[in-house]
Amino acid sequence: MTLIEAADLPALARGCSVLGAGGGGDTQTGVLAVGQAIEQFGPVRVVDLDELPDDGLVIPCGLVGAPMVALEKVGSATEGEQLLAGLGKLIGGTVVALMPLEIGGSNGLRPIGWAVRAGLPIADADGMGRAFPKVSQVTMEIAGVDPSPSVLTEERSNLVAIWAQDGESLERIARALSIEFGGRVALAEYPMTAAQARAATARGSITLAVRIGRAMAARTHASGDPIQALERELDARRLIEGRIVDVERRMAAGFVRGAALIEGLRADSGRAVRLEIQNENLVALEGDTVRAMVPDVIVVLDSHSGEAIHTERLRYGQRVTVAAFPCNPIWRTPRGLTLTGPRAFGYEFDYVPLEQLQ
Amino acid sequence: MNGHLRVGIDVGGTNTDAVVLDQSDRLLAKAKRPTTADVTGGIKAALDAVLADPAVDQGRLTHVMLGTTHATNAVIERRNLKRVAVVRIGAPSTTAVRPLFGWPADLRAIVSAGERIIAGGIEYDGREIVPLDRDDLSRFLDSVAGEADGVAISSVFAPVSARHELEAEQIVRRVIGEHVHVSLSHEIGSLGLIARENATTLNAALVGVTAEVTAALDAALEAHGMHPATFLAQNDGTLMALGYALRYPVLTIGSGPANSIRGAAFLSGADDALIADIGGTSTDIGVLVNGFPRESSAAVEIGGIRTSLRMPDLVAIGLGGGSVLSGRDGQSVQLGPASVGYSLSERALVFGGDTPTLTDAAVLAGRARIGSMMPGEDAHELLGRGLEQADAMLADAVDMAKGRKGERPLIVVGGGAVLAPDRLPGISEVIRPPHHDVANAIGAAIASVSGQVDRVFHLGEGGRPAVLEEARSLARAQAVRAGADADAVEIVEVEELPLAYLNAPAIRIRVKAAGPLGSG
Repeated sequence: MTLIEAADLPALARGCSVLGAGGGGDTQTGVLAVGQAIEQFGPVRVVDLDELPDDGLVIPCGLVGAPMVALEKVGSATEGEQLLAGLGKLIGGTVVALMPLEIGGSNGLRPIGWAVRAGLPIADADGMGRAFPKVSQVTMEIAGVDPSPSVLTEERSNLVAIWAQDGESLERIARALSIEFGGRVALAEYPMTAAQARAATARGSITLAVRIGRAMAARTHASGDPIQALERELDARRLIEGRIVDVERRMAAGFVRGAALIEGLRADSGRAVRLEIQNENLVALEGDTVRAMVPDVIVVLDSHSGEAIHTERLRYGQRVTVAAFPCNPIWRTPRGLTLTGPRAFGYEFDYVPLEQLQ
Repeated sequence: MNGHLRVGIDVGGTNTDAVVLDQSDRLLAKAKRPTTADVTGGIKAALDAVLADPAVDQGRLTHVMLGTTHATNAVIERRNLKRVAVVRIGAPSTTAVRPLFGWPADLRAIVSAGERIIAGGIEYDGREIVPLDRDDLSRFLDSVAGEADGVAISSVFAPVSARHELEAEQIVRRVIGEHVHVSLSHEIGSLGLIARENATTLNAALVGVTAEVTAALDAALEAHGMHPATFLAQNDGTLMALGYALRYPVLTIGSGPANSIRGAAFLSGADDALIADIGGTSTDIGVLVNGFPRESSAAVEIGGIRTSLRMPDLVAIGLGGGSVLSGRDGQSVQLGPASVGYSLSERALVFGGDTPTLTDAAVLAGRARIGSMMPGEDAHELLGRGLEQADAMLADAVDMAKGRKGERPLIVVGGGAVLAPDRLPGISEVIRPPHHDVANAIGAAIASVSGQVDRVFHLGEGGRPAVLEEARSLARAQAVRAGADADAVEIVEVEELPLAYLNAPAIRIRVKAAGPLGSG
């Protein structure tokens, strides 16, 4: 077991931003919400799934909705309890830990606050190993865990139980309810035992996020290169160091789609990488050659501060370093690629692992 | 020569500058005096100096425009801050983060007369989340009535609908009294509850500070028998009438860089350009778009507190006239961030000192003519390489600040303006306008008055055109309230922002309107 104190939260948040692949929402309010929970109830207990009893329940959870709404409705103190109480009415067994359904961005933080308030540990794992747009794009779906019953709640005491026939249905139902409830709901889905979770999740995500955040801060403070920390922790490779010379964005069916063009500087002078975006960074192209593709993680870092830059904040003139690192191996299985491979995002080509690309 | 005269004053970290302009914006007088710790001393000295200029006919002085750092200083120094009752209308949707969480403990202790999250708040589409709990609000206000100088009220999604904030204000008036100060978040910040609440609370805390500075200004003017209309410069480079500024002091916090950008624009006649303000220790590069400073998209921190205020977007580098150069032969030159600062005229080589500075490098290269001697032979290599490096740093920062493709002019102002090279990549021309040393005070004197709206609009029957028109008229009305001439207000900026993951008929719109000062 590891403890996370309030002082560790900036590192955790930095790591969550890197793992967010450019998406996942702003981590700032999550840091505040978890910070207040720690102030009231003490530090976070992070447990490895191996430390939990086989038949104890692990509950993946997080927020669904619009990041903009979460900036205003920063969350009720009781939404985590509401999820647990609702789930208790539907299933037997003992909940032994909560788990973020998504480590990338704000969802890597919010369930931690809920766990602290409920007196539960947080499992050192998540359902994505990164951020994805849909609640069904989770490793549990690939491992064959039933998404049902899932419960959804919001700041009032409304509680909705959902027996969705599959993950895709759950995504549609939860998305529609999130609009009805004002654009932000809390969701617990894919309830499973610790024994199931060991083979159905991206493991070690929380401690990894903290390590990434700490290593990057250490490199940045020593005015070193934050990418080196990623190379060490994540087997990341540098795609290009340069400056953004063009950004385009448009709305399509509730998603922000677009692209950014990065021209190389210094050692990368003369090269250019085009980054294609749908809320997260999807594909990096150099000319017609794909350099990295979803579900591998592509992250854009500010070359000076080392901070990961959210896709909504990419802007002409920024000095950036684009890096990519391998996704959780679960995503590289045939089922994983059906759910999150390039074709799932409308591309006409098949997935090639980062390590096999030029 | 007749007509009205205007005084522009800018209080900077080092100097307080004052200028007098006539009705056709001609510069009649300028003065630079050291900024004093109390701010007011420097203002008085600079004002006295320009008023003493024989070119200035004091009888024709009608307006004073002041850009000042006093509000920032008050927060940083914890000085003259009012006690504020902090009301958030946001239970149960925001109870996970209490008001002022994360504030430095001492500042919270000084400012807060009590905090409460009251039931209420609005959804992004304008619906009510839960009804406003009027009774709970009354009880809280009763409990702080003797303690609080002001009340800061922030409701969830106030930028969509302010109705809970406005109703809460009425309750404050009834419970505490008509004269208590009330700051409402929808008038101060944009989306982001916590940051907007922080800005609103700081605003209520700063209310007395502006009154203090303007009282000192009035006294200085009174000594000359003058009673001109007073305006304060705000973050976006426009002005607020005094009455408005007294209610919204926090909006003055970023006025310094904004004034300098607007002043540079005026002096050069440019509308779209990059501005470099080169001082003794650092250089700020900003961007002028359609005559106004481009605003930063990132949250602005004041005294360690994250706010939703929008400031000019600046790229700052540690490079100025006093920047120290060091390094041995064949190795790379260390340039700054150390600076000789005030002691340039003692320590620089061209003044007979022993410290190689960027000013020495500029003199050697023939860009500047100051000092009493040329730098010695042995320093030439270092100075040459240092200047090359400084030019590269400036070119890099200018390109970073640019924000879009294509060539634009660079306007260079500030005491270190001569350091800049005449050519930079991506820059069509480098302009050093006359009087660039007082660009910031000129920026205050020539500023227009603006109003801004940044809200989420729900698309109703009229669709997008209807809400765009509503946003435009709200911005115009706000500009007129701030003191602009109603007949001459124009829309200067419209921005529409899509809302990710909300496949719903709502849109975020930012509109800014600006116009010349009204006669009232």
